[in-house]
Amino acid sequence: MTTKLFGAKVPRVEDQRFLRGQGRYVDDLLHDDPRLLHAAVLRSPHAHARIVDIDVSDVLDLDGVLAVWTWEDLTGPMAEPLPLLIPHPALTEGRTQYALAKDEVNYVGEAIAFVVAVDRYVAEDAVSRIRVDYEYLQPVVGIAAARAATRLVHDDVPGNVGARMEQENGDARAAIAAAPHTLHLELDVERSACTPMEGRGTVARWDPDTSRLTVWSSTQTSTGVRGCVAAKLGLDLAKVDVITPDVGGGFGVKVVHPWPEELLVPLAAMTLGRPVKFTEDRREHFISSAHERAQQHVVDVGFDDDGRVLGLNVEFWHDHGAYTPYGLIVPIITSTQLLGPYKPQNYRVVFESLYTNTVIVTPYRGAGRPQGCFVMERTMDAIAAYLGKDRTEVRSTNFIQPDEFPYEHGLVFQDGRELTYDSGDYPASLAKLKELVGWDEFEDLRAEMAAQGRRVGIGLACYVEGTGVGPYEGAHVHVETSGKVKVATGLTTQGQGHQTAFAQIVADTLGVRFEDVEITTGDTRKMPYAVGTFASRAAVMSGSAIHLAALRAREKALRIAAEALEASEDDLDIVDGVVSVRGTDATIDLGTVAVLSNPLRYAFDEASKAATQFTVGDPGKPPVAEDDEPGLEGKDFYSPPRSTFANGMHAVIVETDPETAEITILKYAVVHDCGHLINPMIVEGQIHGGVAQGVGGALYERMVYDDSGQLLNASFMDFLMPYVTEVPTSIDIDHLETPSPLNPLGIKGAGEAGVIPSAAVFAAAIEDAEGFPITAMPISPSELFALRLEHADDTHATALGS
Amino acid sequence: MSTAVPEEIHDVRLHVNGAVHEVAVPARRLLSDALRHDCGLTGTHVGCEHGVCGACTVLVDGTPVRSCLMFAVSAVDAEITTVEGLTEADGSLSPVQQGFSDCHGLQCGFCTPGFLTTITAGLRDNPDPSEDEAREMIAGNLCRCTGYQNIVKSVLRASEIQREIERERGGTA
Repeated sequence: MTTKLFGAKVPRVEDQRFLRGQGRYVDDLLHDDPRLLHAAVLRSPHAHARIVDIDVSDVLDLDGVLAVWTWEDLTGPMAEPLPLLIPHPALTEGRTQYALAKDEVNYVGEAIAFVVAVDRYVAEDAVSRIRVDYEYLQPVVGIAAARAATRLVHDDVPGNVGARMEQENGDARAAIAAAPHTLHLELDVERSACTPMEGRGTVARWDPDTSRLTVWSSTQTSTGVRGCVAAKLGLDLAKVDVITPDVGGGFGVKVVHPWPEELLVPLAAMTLGRPVKFTEDRREHFISSAHERAQQHVVDVGFDDDGRVLGLNVEFWHDHGAYTPYGLIVPIITSTQLLGPYKPQNYRVVFESLYTNTVIVTPYRGAGRPQGCFVMERTMDAIAAYLGKDRTEVRSTNFIQPDEFPYEHGLVFQDGRELTYDSGDYPASLAKLKELVGWDEFEDLRAEMAAQGRRVGIGLACYVEGTGVGPYEGAHVHVETSGKVKVATGLTTQGQGHQTAFAQIVADTLGVRFEDVEITTGDTRKMPYAVGTFASRAAVMSGSAIHLAALRAREKALRIAAEALEASEDDLDIVDGVVSVRGTDATIDLGTVAVLSNPLRYAFDEASKAATQFTVGDPGKPPVAEDDEPGLEGKDFYSPPRSTFANGMHAVIVETDPETAEITILKYAVVHDCGHLINPMIVEGQIHGGVAQGVGGALYERMVYDDSGQLLNASFMDFLMPYVTEVPTSIDIDHLETPSPLNPLGIKGAGEAGVIPSAAVFAAAIEDAEGFPITAMPISPSELFALRLEHADDTHATALGS
Repeated sequence: MSTAVPEEIHDVRLHVNGAVHEVAVPARRLLSDALRHDCGLTGTHVGCEHGVCGACTVLVDGTPVRSCLMFAVSAVDAEITTVEGLTEADGSLSPVQQGFSDCHGLQCGFCTPGFLTTITAGLRDNPDPSEDEAREMIAGNLCRCTGYQNIVKSVLRASEIQREIERERGGTA
């Protein structure tokens, strides 16, 4: 038997092409096609304005310009607003933008005109020749302005409130009123964004010979883009292929679709009869893709002497930007995942999702969870501080216990299903974390450092992450007559190593060599039924589907091989692509089984002769039985009843400089439970990346809008994404593997985990170092310094809470 | 607005990875775009076009240069090495590329070419870096996926592979 690959640190197969510069990202495609045209977009320089007139008369004079579109040139569905992807009954005032602005612009960066030219330089020259007359309107920037509602983003949305949603389990306010102790907290999180290294991009080619449109897009959902392109351009779905090539990072932003350019590029390609490419530049990514995170929370909590939460009432305001294409997913996740590993006896949450004249807000890795985790963990720390208890003790008191699973929270999650946790062992995770970070020894370190005039603090934060949301994913496994195994699943890949992890599953399940397995993702020609890669769902959803499809292929292989070898299926093994009869020398290659699976009239090579009509088959029966199909294939879908809930806990030790307030990370520890690990190397890589993004989000990154709605730091010069110099020099990771009972592999998602507790854990550690409450994140040295001045008069520095 | 004066096109001979590319480009054509679109070497990636991210880093006469901050016409007479040129003559991975493969030093792969070229030059100048020096070597490049943990390890592994190769060469000499 070959070594089991599931659970092994198998090196990634995709690295070979990436390391040689042979990856194929969307901007690399068709580069040698002389007919390829390039697009550039005129974007609004104003946050809020009416468009009085657009004059494009100078554009076509420019050598090399082929076409320009404004809204007036769009017809049919293209002239309608973009789809509201995830409607929700609470989203009573959903609004989406047009592919090109009609009458009004609502954020700096909103697309107004689309120019196609022979190269990008000329296209940008042409954009600069478009003259737009605007009637300026006062913008609404930030949650405070949105709530004040003295000005409106959309005239027909009163109070700037897109949605108000409330969920309650028990009677939180009554429980708080009756509780022995209560605390009130006000907490803020600012805007940040995914900022993958590769921005958005789309290439389209209309083939008049076959009447087919091929669209390549840097997306997290090929099937979603396909559906939108077909609907908007009035094409039969069967005429549209969408292929996701290599993608230079997504982190959530690329699940939004269709972007205006994802429709305009195919439209231009069809209109002009030439392939067209749009590649977003970095500034465009800042001002015309999507942001996340900004929320303000007000928390009231009631608890007993042990710190047990008896009632929790959370009200928050979510800044969703100018439009709501992605519905209420982010605030719904915040409102439900806020609960983390805890079981407050009574919980009420109500949020308002607000319009502002800023870039749209859609999921960014963690997708509302970092805010929820920040709020819950700040609350736990406040309770501990109030009661004078160890912070881990208060958390333990509130944990859902291992014997309480499945645990029902009595709320509805982002997928419309009950919020029910499937498994976990939070006390065991906490014990591991305390050990890993040296929680119990920290006071010695604090004293030792204090003796040197150094100030340190420790914090921890726990989270639960609903991963692997439905509705489904599918897979197709095909064993070719060469014995090579071609596997397709429809969701996309943005660096997660799917070609490796999924091949590990196939190799084990089917019994073939890893090297013989080739995985294709995100190609609607190969698998037209799929959802996408988001919500830490790829391994759970496609991993499970691939396993099931491989099982089907295996069953068929055994059936055919048993007949060929005149043996019982029960006596067969498949190892390294060879079927053998246990205890004998009889064997048959899977490639040969594939030949036999497909009755032939014509032999195309030596091997295929074995399947021709005078060679095989019972002349008295149909060559393909009624309940059978030709080919050695397996196809299956995985559709779980609900999400599976991964969890984890982070701890950090920070040092804060007494003079400069610089924050230095001394130790970072992660305990992570995503069930069984397919490839621990890849999972740890995901955690590393998440932690780094979390460090950025906690200490450096924010979107700085001025009052006029201009994004002041829309470049990598000013938006401080961490370099190696900002991340911890090491990240200590320990895994707990509590399998999920919901899928055949016992796995849970891992992609987003690393980033979820960051704001919470850094706030806790900085607070512990400084002795005054940290209620807003991110926090810069300047802000920490300002807080020091503010609290300098406190004779008794108190911890969080009031 | 007046009609723009047609751009003057310059015939430029670029020496890239040991091959000569004759390209005709306007003066404003960035080296990054010329490499990608005129030479067809799409391994060099463009992440920010303002010289911060380092994804487009190539070696110009051996020195790491942000190809988005250099015009193609300025690169005449220079020997340019892109990620495609790092691979050994027999098609095998260079020590730096192998280090990344061994240590899972990449995820989406978009920033990777800039790291590979930067580290190739870095290890030439400092073949045996300490961990801190490895960090310093990559401190000008952005990666959004890996959190840099495994890139630092990849630098150290690449250095180790180089030493192994040298030892083997010494042994057979």
